[in-house]
Amino acid sequence: MTVMSYLGAIGAAQREAMEADERVVIIGEDVEANVYGTTGAGKSRRDKGDFLEMFGRNRIRNTPISEEVIVGAAAGAAMTGLRPIVDLSYSSFLYMAMDQFVNQVAKNRYMFGGQASLPVVFRSAMFYGLNTGAHHSDRPYPMFMNVPGLKIIAPASPSDAKGLLRSAVDSEDPVLTFEACPLWGMKEEVDEAEYRIPLGVARTVRPGSDVTVVAISSAVPEAVRAADALAEDGISVEVIDPRTLVPLDTDAVLESVARTGRLVVADPAHRTCSAAAEISAVVAEDAFDALKAPIVRVTTPDTQIPFSPALEKQLYPNRDNIAAAVRRVLG
Amino acid sequence: MGLAPEVLLEMQRRMLRIRGFDERASKMVKRGFIPGTVHTSIGQEAQVVGACMALGESDYMTGNHRSHGHPIGKGSPLGPLMAELVGKSGGVCGGKGGSLHLADFSVGSLGESGIVGSSIPIAVGAGLSASVLGNKRVSLAFFGDGAANQGCLYEGMNLAGVWKLPVVFLCENNQYALSTPAHTVTSGVIAERAAGFGMPGVRVEDGQDVLAVYEAVNTAVERARAGEGPSLVEVVTYRFHEHSEGLRLGTDYRDAEEKAAWLQRDPIVLFRRWLAENGVASDAELDALEAEVAAEVDAAEAFAKDSPYPDPAMAFADLYTEPVPIRGAVELIGAPA
Ligand SMILES: Cc1ncc(C[n+]2csc(CCOP(=O)(O)OP(=O)(O)O)c2C)c(N)n1
Repeated sequence: MTVMSYLGAIGAAQREAMEADERVVIIGEDVEANVYGTTGAGKSRRDKGDFLEMFGRNRIRNTPISEEVIVGAAAGAAMTGLRPIVDLSYSSFLYMAMDQFVNQVAKNRYMFGGQASLPVVFRSAMFYGLNTGAHHSDRPYPMFMNVPGLKIIAPASPSDAKGLLRSAVDSEDPVLTFEACPLWGMKEEVDEAEYRIPLGVARTVRPGSDVTVVAISSAVPEAVRAADALAEDGISVEVIDPRTLVPLDTDAVLESVARTGRLVVADPAHRTCSAAAEISAVVAEDAFDALKAPIVRVTTPDTQIPFSPALEKQLYPNRDNIAAAVRRVLG
Repeated sequence: MGLAPEVLLEMQRRMLRIRGFDERASKMVKRGFIPGTVHTSIGQEAQVVGACMALGESDYMTGNHRSHGHPIGKGSPLGPLMAELVGKSGGVCGGKGGSLHLADFSVGSLGESGIVGSSIPIAVGAGLSASVLGNKRVSLAFFGDGAANQGCLYEGMNLAGVWKLPVVFLCENNQYALSTPAHTVTSGVIAERAAGFGMPGVRVEDGQDVLAVYEAVNTAVERARAGEGPSLVEVVTYRFHEHSEGLRLGTDYRDAEEKAAWLQRDPIVLFRRWLAENGVASDAELDALEAEVAAEVDAAEAFAKDSPYPDPAMAFADLYTEPVPIRGAVELIGAPA
């Protein structure tokens, strides 16, 4: 075990994957210079860019700023024998390639009757909470959850970031990973050896018996802090992190709600048609009888992200609004 | 160029297959046996076959909505293609693709796209994998003059250019995008746009001449295979049918004289004459070839008719490589009809 940051764990997973399989290539803007910190093997600035030394320009591919062709070409390369990892930097830039994601990446295997496999990973970071304004702060995973054919992961810890990314690279299907910038600096003990966390399996972050809080991405550590505070008042909160949004581990959520009878969903995406909306609907459909109180969602309200810290800070799920939601479902 | 007689006859055979296949499909749509719409390549066969025959067997290609001809040109058997148009389980895509989404990976056809221009990046990616893996395969992207105005073409040309990918960008300029004449929406000459990306751009003025197309594409393919990077080939041609079968437009956007002049330049008639005049085959041999292909088309229709429709549960297959629970699927299949 060694202490790794969230970002360091992603870099470690990428290095492992590249060493394990020659077909793995990294494609993206500024990946040679390791600008986003996941294509350098070392810790110091001096070491930056050493993926290029290790793997060469054939496998570390700096691209022009052309998201549409980056995404489509990665899909085409995956259909013909490579296993690309695409670094799209900010999640807001995924919209540039919406046609390729929706009409090619997600549909090709299906509409060609299973002739195509698309083992490709698209990484992007949700750069919210950092006062970058509306063009860099998106959390767009629910839009992609609405597109059958994609798999979606949203790791909320360094260990999960490493293990889930390895599984994503192994997957024969396209996987989008939404990384949380608010968690970039988070550190914990991570296994240096290779390991994989299967897609579609939730993690019980903290067991509890009174209320289930399903938390996504950066809402996970906030939910844990809320649970810690509530424990002082004798309230036992179970925190579940789905980790994978597609496929979604509905069994884990339903099983927990069956025990606690109460559900709060904390999701940094915009409220309408969010992951929280889907999880709430699943529970309402399949565990309505177990519910002792209406479900409460803690999401980002349906407004764009403003620049001023005075305006932005209040918008996302945090320990206070999650704790308040828990108190509300307890009546 | 000195092509062997077998190759020349194979060109005629494949043009005949496309013509026969598309004429039959056109009839089958009118009879309601093929659902949806089909876009035929009738009139454009020389351009399709000239390009496809310049590729090797293991080379890749992507197509557009007007793409039955592309896998046929690359050597696909007709039966599974026809069954796909009908939506049968014996179709190349098991009935999930249809006319707009034919793909036959066994001949390197990585699929067509119903979204104009959208398959171009896929072809660039196939070129990328060929380049990284060093397997000497070439990738060709077919697209129309309408698609030539999509941004992804230029992103793709730039990327293929800087990475020297083995890609051929092939513009099938049939001079209309649905009802819109190319010159009213296209600034300058499409082939000349290649210069901006530092790659050769050639325009084949007579796209009804299969040998002229073959020669231009062959040059581009050889260059790609030698590691010298991408090329753009624009081929001027004409579609003899409507944009899509069954489409009835209120206005006649094509001039009658223009249409009549192009109909005089039927690529199959022209090449048959050339084959006979150059002593490649006798009239009797060419008649026999036509009869052979006509029988193949009959057999393809019969295959499509005999193939069963897919089981309704197949609507949930092939979304992912391994089974992933699909919410709603179980209820739907269990529901009374
Ligand atoms: C992105 C997109 N826009 C519009 C359409 C509707 N559409 C289908 S084919 C077509 C014309 C395409 O013209 P061209 O690329 O020249 O190909 P051609 O039909 O002439 O072979 C149009 C507008 C579409 N399918 N996709």
